[in-house]
Amino acid sequence: MAIEGAQLVRAAAFMAAGLCMGIGAIGPAVGEGFAAGKALEAMGKNPKEAGLLTRTMLVGQAVTESTGIYSLVVALLLLFVV
Amino acid sequence: MGISEALWVQALAYIGAGLCIGFGAISVALGEGYAAGKAGEALGKNPSMNGPILKNMLIGQAVAESAGIFALVVSMMLIFLDTEGSKLLQGFAYLGAGLSMGLSATGSGLGSGFPAAECCQGIADNPPTQGNLATNMLIGSALCQTPSIFGMVVAFMLMFLDMEGLALWPHWAAYTGAGLCMGLAAIGSGLGSGIPAGTCVRGIARQPGAMAGLRTNMLVGSAVTQTPAIFGMVVAFLLLFMDWTDVPPWPAWAGLIGAALSTGMAAIGPGLGNGLTAGEACSSIARTPETQGPVTTTMLIGQTVAQSTTIYGFLVSLVLLFVPVAPSEALDAWVKLLAAGLCMGFGALGPGLGVGLAAAYTVTRIGRDASQSKLLTRVMLVSQAVAESTGIYALIIALLLLFVV
Repeated sequence: MAIEGAQLVRAAAFMAAGLCMGIGAIGPAVGEGFAAGKALEAMGKNPKEAGLLTRTMLVGQAVTESTGIYSLVVALLLLFVV
Repeated sequence: MGISEALWVQALAYIGAGLCIGFGAISVALGEGYAAGKAGEALGKNPSMNGPILKNMLIGQAVAESAGIFALVVSMMLIFLDTEGSKLLQGFAYLGAGLSMGLSATGSGLGSGFPAAECCQGIADNPPTQGNLATNMLIGSALCQTPSIFGMVVAFMLMFLDMEGLALWPHWAAYTGAGLCMGLAAIGSGLGSGIPAGTCVRGIARQPGAMAGLRTNMLVGSAVTQTPAIFGMVVAFLLLFMDWTDVPPWPAWAGLIGAALSTGMAAIGPGLGNGLTAGEACSSIARTPETQGPVTTTMLIGQTVAQSTTIYGFLVSLVLLFVPVAPSEALDAWVKLLAAGLCMGFGALGPGLGVGLAAAYTVTRIGRDASQSKLLTRVMLVSQAVAESTGIYALIIALLLLFVV
């Protein structure tokens, strides 16, 4: 079967999107879990600061999430734009 | 080229045999080395207990070794198979058998090393408990071996399956995929089950009175940790026993491999994450046995959330296996099925581990102060939801690949 250039590019974009989102999802999630764990540890020691700790944890996780979102954006670009 | 099909089958069986014992040897050796190292440390602490320490080290290592022996048996069988007149499809089944056994031994060996190491340490620290330590070590190590036994069962099925009259396409993908799926899915569970087994044994040495509660928690926690391997086995059986004769070989073969990778890889992270949580729960119960109720409850909630990415992987596999595809030999038609499986498989690794980590810290704190369990569990769930998000992105991209583009 003859593979056309356009088809090859499309297939490469699909594979790249899958790998991009898949591999990109590993790090943020482990990092967020670690941040959550440490925040919970602190909260257990000092429950009065639960509000502050939750807020800080969520801000920290939001930053950690960013690379996951970059992967999502790149994957969506690969699927629908390029 | 004058190479007969039987020769190709033999070549594939040899590759399977090599991969089988090669992968299988890694973690068995690591686990036994870890146990031996800890036994040495224990001897340094309490040389008068050298007899029992050596005995229990050897028993523990023997259990850890069993995954390696399974791998050795399967590779010997693969090497000495009679391939005379067999079809090429058989070769791919042999390759799958090697992958299933080899990869599934990768978790169990190291997992079994943890309880063996803690048993040696415990005997040095608290000699009168040695009988209980050895019993619980054996229970814990046996649980770690379960995933490698699943791998062996699938390997044997692949070796002795009747594939008379089946076409090479797409059945080769189903058989190699079944082995790959089972092997990958067993890694996290085998390793994960070792963590609570180890902390349970350590806990019994520190707090012999808490043995009953510790053992219950270890068994419950390990059982949940085994679930990802069972998802892998279900997908492997679907690949083995469903009828693939009527599906269009192109692009269905890529869907079969994608389904195998999706559940197989998605099971690794949650298996490990669940093990971490169960391990910390056992440590907490050993420290403060009266907190067992809230600790076990939160452990189970946390483990359930960590499990969710395996379920996403399973969902993508089921879509790949059951949703019919239009026949097409175009490159993008099959690449997208494979990409969806890889995306979900990799994407589930991190969240499973991260969510498990959050739950592990939570149960540690609840063990120190059970009055905080409500607050901590609530915050744990919020933080897990955030850690889960990248797994959901991966699910979205996989579904987009399957249904939209």
